[in-house]
Amino acid sequence: MNTATTSNSFLKSGVRRLLSSRLAETLTTPHGVDRYLELFNPTWSVHEVRAEIVAVKHGTADSVTLTLRPNGNWQGFRAGQFVRLTVEINGVRRMRCYSPANSVHAADGLIELTAKAHAGGFVSRHLKTALTAGTVVTLSQADGVFALPEQRPDRVLLISGGSGITPVMSMLRTLLDEKHAGRITFLHYCNTALDMIYANELALIAAQHANVELIRCYAQPEQGGELQGFFSREQLLAAVPDYREATAFLCGPPAMMQAVEKVWSEDGLSERLHLERFTVAPLVIDSGGAEGEVRFARSERLAVNSGATLLDQAEAAGLRPESGCRMGICKACTCRKTNGVVRDVRTGELSEAGEQEIQICVSVPVGTVTLDI
Amino acid sequence: MGIFQKLTPEQFQAIGTELDAIRNRVLADLGERDAQYIRGIIRRQRQLEVAGRVMLMIPPAWPLGVAALGASKILDNMEIGHNVMHGQYDFMGDPALNSQKFDWDSADTAKNWKQTHNYEHHTYTNVLNRDHDIGYGLLRMSEEQKWEPRFLANLPLTVILHTFFQHFVAVQNLKLEDYLIYKTKTGEQLKEEFKPVWKKMRKHLAKDYVVFPLLGGPMAPLVFAGNVAANLARNVWACAVIFNGHFPEDVEQFPESVIKDETRGQWYVRQLLGSANFHGGRLMHIMSGNLSFQIEHHLFPDLPAHRYAEISPEVQAICKKHGLPYNTGSFFQQTLSTWKRIAKLSLPGRRKPGNGATVPANDAEQPRELPLAA
Ligand SMILES: Cc1cc2nc3c(=O)[nH]c(=O)nc-3n(C[C@H](O)[C@H](O)[C@H](O)COP(=O)(O)OP(=O)(O)OC[C@H]3O[C@@H](n4cnc5c(N)ncnc54)[C@H](O)[C@@H]3O)c2cc1C
Ligand code: FES
Repeated sequence: MNTATTSNSFLKSGVRRLLSSRLAETLTTPHGVDRYLELFNPTWSVHEVRAEIVAVKHGTADSVTLTLRPNGNWQGFRAGQFVRLTVEINGVRRMRCYSPANSVHAADGLIELTAKAHAGGFVSRHLKTALTAGTVVTLSQADGVFALPEQRPDRVLLISGGSGITPVMSMLRTLLDEKHAGRITFLHYCNTALDMIYANELALIAAQHANVELIRCYAQPEQGGELQGFFSREQLLAAVPDYREATAFLCGPPAMMQAVEKVWSEDGLSERLHLERFTVAPLVIDSGGAEGEVRFARSERLAVNSGATLLDQAEAAGLRPESGCRMGICKACTCRKTNGVVRDVRTGELSEAGEQEIQICVSVPVGTVTLDI
Repeated sequence: MGIFQKLTPEQFQAIGTELDAIRNRVLADLGERDAQYIRGIIRRQRQLEVAGRVMLMIPPAWPLGVAALGASKILDNMEIGHNVMHGQYDFMGDPALNSQKFDWDSADTAKNWKQTHNYEHHTYTNVLNRDHDIGYGLLRMSEEQKWEPRFLANLPLTVILHTFFQHFVAVQNLKLEDYLIYKTKTGEQLKEEFKPVWKKMRKHLAKDYVVFPLLGGPMAPLVFAGNVAANLARNVWACAVIFNGHFPEDVEQFPESVIKDETRGQWYVRQLLGSANFHGGRLMHIMSGNLSFQIEHHLFPDLPAHRYAEISPEVQAICKKHGLPYNTGSFFQQTLSTWKRIAKLSLPGRRKPGNGATVPANDAEQPRELPLAA
C-alpha cells in the first residue's frame, strides 16, 4: 500500500511537471494547458485551485455547510484564515470570502465552509439553496493574518458571534487535533439556541475535553445558554475572569466586535486580541471636489473622475475588474496603479504618486490616476 | 441622393433610441444561456482540435484531421476569439473569457487586433483613411479611393490576401503601405512595431510547423501538410466572411467628414449602411462567428453574437420603418458581388455620384457619445 502511494504520487508529480513544462505551453498556445485539461475533468488545472463540492448540509435553518475536495494546487491554510470562493450565478462569476471551519490537520484533505444565508444576501442565498454535490467551484489560496500563531498560545479565548464562528471553530478543532494542553474558552454569541451553528459538536467537545469550556450566550431569553443578552465588561468578567491572561481571537458582527475591542483597548491589551471582520461599517465617500480623469491603460478607456472608488468607476466605464468584499478586506481587487495619487477611504491617507499595487475598492483618485486594467 | 441626406435629425435620433432599446433589453437579459452557449462552443472547438491533431498523425484519417483542425481554427477565430475579444462575454467575470486577457489561435496579437478591429474598424466603419479594413492598405475597395497603377493587381492580390489572411491581419496594425509606398514611416519604426507581432507569430509557426510535426515522428511531413491545409482553410473562410460583410456592391463607404460631430443615431445608420448580411443555416452562422449577421454585429458589437439571429427581425423592422436598406443575400450572391466590385475597382473609374458622402447639419443638442466598440 505504501509503495503504491509513493509511486502514485511520483507519477502525479511527473505528470504535473510535464503539464507545466515549456513543451506543454508551446503545444497549447495561446489558450494554455488548463483549457484542454478541463475537457477531461472540470477540476483539473495546472495553476488554479478548483474544488468539487462533495457534501451539502444544513446545520441550522439559515446556514449551509459545504464540504469541498480541492485539487492538488491547494496548499492548505492556517487555522483562522479565509479563502475567496468563486461561484457562478446565472452565468456571472461572484466571489466572496469564507473561512474554512475544519481542522488544518484533517486527514481527508477536505475543506469545510459554513455560510450563513443572509436574507438579502446574493451569494450566501445561492450557496444555501442552489449548490449541489458535484458542482465545481474556484478557490483562492488561503489568505489573511487572522490565524493561530505558529507558537500556540497556552491560554486561548475564542469569541465569536453568528457566522463569525467559522474561523474560531477551525482554531478549536486544530488545537484539539494537536492535543493542546492549555485551557480554551469558547465564548459564542447568537440570537437563539436554534441559530447556533456547530451547537451539537461544540457541546460534545466541551463534554469530552476537560480543558475546553463552552459559554453560549443567547440574545433572546431562553433556556440552555450559559449567558443571556449582549457582550459587556461585567458579563465578561463574570464568565471569563482570567481573560487578561488569554490570547483572544474575535470574529462576529460589527457591533459586537466593537464592544469587545473597546474592553481590550481600555485595558491596554489590544495586542492580545486578534480579530477578523466579515463586514465593516459602510464606507463614507466624499465625492465633492473630484477632479482629473481615470485612465484604464490596458483597456484603453478614459473616464472623468467622479469621486467614487476606482472599482466603482471602472465598473461604470463598463470594465469588470475582479472584486470580492468591496471593502478592503480580501485583496481580490488589487491592481497596479502606474501613476497618480489615491486616497484610502478607510484611513483618509494619501498614497505615493508612483507605481504601486492598490486595492481599488477602497481607493478614490485624487486628481488623474492611471490604472493597469 | 443617399439615404444619409434624406434623414432628418429627428429620424436619426429616433433610430438611435429604438436601437438602444434593443441593446438595453438584451444586456439586461444576459446570463446563464449565454454562458452555456459559449462554453459549449469552446468545448466543441477544443474537442475538434485535439481530435484533428491526433488524426493528422494517422494517414487514413488525414483528410478528417484536416477538416477537424480547420473547423476548430475557424471556431477559435470566428465564434470564440473575435466575439470574446469584443467583450461580449465580459459580463461573466470569467478570466478565461475576458476581452482583456483572451488570446486566439492566430498570428495576430490580441492587442493589435483590438486596436485595428475593435477600435478603428468598428468606430470608423467604412470611413476612408480611417477604417484600414477598406482594402487593408493593399486593395482598392471604394470608388472614393484614388486609383493608383498598383491597383491593377486588385484581383490577384485579393487571392493572396485570402491565402495568407492571418499573417496580413497580424501585420495590419503596422500599416506596411506607409513604409513601402507612401514613405511616411521609417524602417526603424516598423522594426520596433514588428517585435511583439513577431514574438506571437514565432510561437504559432513553431507550434503548427515544428513542434507538432516533430511529435508526429515519421508522419512529420503529413502533419506539416495538414497544418498548412487547416490554416489555409481558416484563412480563406475568414477572409471571405469578412469581405462579404463590408464589400458587396451596395455597401456604402464614407468620406472622413462624416465622423465630425457624428451623433449616436448617425453612427448607427453608418454601421447599417456599411455592413451586409448573408443567409444560412445554424451551422453557417456558427462557423462565420455570426458575422452572417454583420449588420447586427456592427450595431451591437459587444452583445453575444448568438443573439443576433434573435434580434434581426426587430432590426429589419426598424430599417423598414425608416426606409433604410437592409443588405442581405445568399453567401454566394454576396461573394460574387464582392469580387465584381474588386474587379471593377482595379481599373480607374469614375466616382459614383451621390452616395452617402455628405452629412446633414447636426442637431447640436446630442453630445458626441463614445462608440460602442471602443
Ligand atoms: C475574511 C472574510 C471571511 C468570511 N468568512 C465567512 C464565513 O466563514 N461564513 C460566512 O457566512 N460569511 C463569511 N464572510 C462573509 C461573506 O464573505 C459574505 O459577505 C456573506 O456571505 C454575504 O454575502 P452575500 O453575497 O450573501 O451578501 P451581499 O449580496 O453581498 O449583501 C447583501 C446584504 O447582506 C448584508 N450582509 C452581507 N454580509 C453580511 C454579514 N456578514 N453580516 C450581516 N449582514 C451582511 C449586506 O449588508 C447587504 O445588505 C466572510 C467575509 C470576510 C471578509
Ligand atoms: S474587493 Fe476585497 S479588497 Fe477590494
